[in-house]
Amino acid sequence: MNKTLAIALSAGVAVSAWGLASASPAEAETLRWARAGDSLTLDPHAQNEGPTHTLAHQMYEPLLQRDMEGKIIPALATSWAPTEDPTVWRFQLREGVTFHGGEAFTADDVVFSINRAKKPTSAMKELLNSVAEVKKVDDYTVDFVTNGPNPLLPNNLTNLFMMDEGWTTENDAVEPQDIANGGENYAVRNTNGTGAYMLVSRTPDERTVLQANPNYWGKGEFPLEVTEIVYTPIQSAATRVAALLSGEVDFIQDVPVQDLGRVDQQDGLKVVTAPQNRVIFFGLNVGDDDIPSDNVEGANPFADVRVRRAMNMAINRPAIKQVVMRDQSIPAGVIMPPFVNGWTEELDTYPAHDIEAAKALMAEAGYGDGFSVTLNCPNDRYINDEAICQAVVGMMGQIGIDVALDALPKAQHFPLINKWETDFYMLGWGVPTFDSEYIFNFLVHTKTDELGSWNGARYSNPELDSKIVSLASETNLEKRNATIAEIWAQVQEDQVYLPVHHQVLNWGMQDGINFDVQPEDQPHFKFLTMN
Amino acid sequence: MLAFIIRRVGQAVIVLFTVGLVAFAIFRFMGDPVENMLGQEATVADRAALIERLGLNDPIPIQYLRFVGGALQGEFGISYRLGRPVSELIVERLPATLELAMVSALFALAFGVMLGVYTGIRRDGFLANVIMSSSLIGVSLPTFLIGILLIWIFAVEFGWLPSFGRGETVTLFGFWESVLFTVSGLKSLILPAITLGLYQMTLIMRLVRSEMLEVLRTDYIRFARARGLRRQAIYFTHALKNTLVPVITVTGLQLGSIIAFAIITETVFQWPGVGLLFINAISFVDIPVMAAYLLLVGAVFVTINLIVDLLYFAIDPRVRFDSPGKGA
Repeated sequence: MNKTLAIALSAGVAVSAWGLASASPAEAETLRWARAGDSLTLDPHAQNEGPTHTLAHQMYEPLLQRDMEGKIIPALATSWAPTEDPTVWRFQLREGVTFHGGEAFTADDVVFSINRAKKPTSAMKELLNSVAEVKKVDDYTVDFVTNGPNPLLPNNLTNLFMMDEGWTTENDAVEPQDIANGGENYAVRNTNGTGAYMLVSRTPDERTVLQANPNYWGKGEFPLEVTEIVYTPIQSAATRVAALLSGEVDFIQDVPVQDLGRVDQQDGLKVVTAPQNRVIFFGLNVGDDDIPSDNVEGANPFADVRVRRAMNMAINRPAIKQVVMRDQSIPAGVIMPPFVNGWTEELDTYPAHDIEAAKALMAEAGYGDGFSVTLNCPNDRYINDEAICQAVVGMMGQIGIDVALDALPKAQHFPLINKWETDFYMLGWGVPTFDSEYIFNFLVHTKTDELGSWNGARYSNPELDSKIVSLASETNLEKRNATIAEIWAQVQEDQVYLPVHHQVLNWGMQDGINFDVQPEDQPHFKFLTMN
Repeated sequence: MLAFIIRRVGQAVIVLFTVGLVAFAIFRFMGDPVENMLGQEATVADRAALIERLGLNDPIPIQYLRFVGGALQGEFGISYRLGRPVSELIVERLPATLELAMVSALFALAFGVMLGVYTGIRRDGFLANVIMSSSLIGVSLPTFLIGILLIWIFAVEFGWLPSFGRGETVTLFGFWESVLFTVSGLKSLILPAITLGLYQMTLIMRLVRSEMLEVLRTDYIRFARARGLRRQAIYFTHALKNTLVPVITVTGLQLGSIIAFAIITETVFQWPGVGLLFINAISFVDIPVMAAYLLLVGAVFVTINLIVDLLYFAIDPRVRFDSPGKGA
């Protein structure tokens, strides 16, 4: 850790993009942080994307947030509960909170911020689809009125940041930055949040400097040991690791799998590991009568559940973990990360790797001689994605399925899934709401204009569809969880997807830092402590 | 002379139009920017709406004409990734790339000429042979590997130089963020500049060496020796001067490729120039940024070629007298 005495910069020297704490003469604790990508914008509602949210979380705050374990904790709201009318949620706001500019945080700011995030140019509007209206009750009470009961409303608010109404209006930034039409607004380069850190300077793709907020409401509640954050994106993995090894940065995200050992062995450095909120799996076209990418005429082998089960058995998950992932993965039996509501150990149990049984199933389905098919795979999206696909090609060969691999960059791979142009593909899925409904809505529900947008499997089960829709408004949580379990049972029975593993996150840091890996890959530096 | 320039400028414009057209023909195979822009929660309807707004449904020729129309007015559209005007982004990033390219070119020229002269004079010397054979490494190793090797040696093992980024910058003329006037800035410049310039340095060195060998065999050098001139004067005043015309041509032309090849070096060292902007644009399918960058590189090459041609015109009288009006 770099213990630097903060030096006031002598006036007149035009030094930019090189922040040094200048306010307090006390000892400053600087954390130099690097990850692969930079935040895309400082406007908190303009992009729904990991690195952008992570940086925003240091400066802005939502009503409630996820802590370093992924649990929901109060932030700007102190309590929340549905009222007697199940379509209304009431939030009590924290009193005495001020924005960095000194403005008081009140119910008006909440109403304003939520309305801003619902505007057409906002990237966060989908998360607020169920919100019909936000009403101020008094200065520190707000009601969220939803279209029908929404038991999971709080889960959708963890990345919805609160802005000051006065500041945003005065600076003409009421409309979120319009990325499609080139609107730049004041909020793209300036911030005024309530968070633990304030923006000092920022050069995109180069360096962002934050400084502790002296008036932060959470003093005493959070460690707040870091007083200055210097954030540098370093795109090249080798350079990022080199920067950590040479002591030029203190903390990095996205440590490449092959360098984990190197970092861990170095004196003074350590790697902290935890399961990530992302599961990797294969999708199969189960819906069409015939598929173009195979050599079977007039039939779709994937439509037969026995073929899907045989393929599931043929995937040797422990081997993928050991050889391809260098032990950095958790083999999965269900397409749901372990901390999601609905997850059970039983669901996540995967079948034993059994070639003989798989071959028998293939023969039973009438494909004893196998068939050939194309597998589409991204090569720049998930950890070792293409290598996993290569391994699976060999495993499928063992049961007679001759797989041709087509690995493409993500920008070309994902449209194949959305346009239904692939019959066998790799996909990874994270669950920001930490609830099964999110997975069902996107991956299991029949594809319609609103739901099932990532259902590349063409899976359609009207009975499940109605159960999935019922989840959105079921306020009896016990009953709701029972329905979730029923849906999962059917999804597993039908073997709609072939799960591979849960990805593992690795953060590299100096030995002196105590910091747990956050499952959403979002470090919140107010929680960081040092030895 | 004037007709020559006009004709050259006309050719340059055609080249730029072609670059734009080829680029646009390729972009449709690069994937779908909408996916990246919307995030995984977007509905089918959201996607359709954004595609419509961006005009990505239009046929490629129409998209191309729209781009050309904007480019002629200095408008390169809006970055899909950052949501800011592309022209603004490029103006912001260009100083970093130009400084890096200039320093690399100077490094390549200075060391290339020095080592070239040395190896030319000491043709059979041990050190000259070592330099010649190790220069093969410089030519054959890919840039990113050289960059990582240098980082490994000088940043990780010795800790002398920074492994990434630009150090302190000083603002010149209100917009040009320069690293040339601060210690940490200059230190951060060393490794990227060597990485970027190494190939050009070996090229220049080999060129100077062979030219020197050629020149040293000519009669006037022999007469100069016979006159008893000092060896230094012979080598540097008489011989080197006559090798420089091809060297300057090659250096000029290589400057274009230094700017273009900066993509890789900038990625390895997280040097925030236009190359890094371009790499990010590729993975995001940020079509406006890619198109503008390709045009920029095209313009750099065309301009440098034009200047080199004009220099010929000025330096070498034969071009002027042999074919008046026909150009080079």
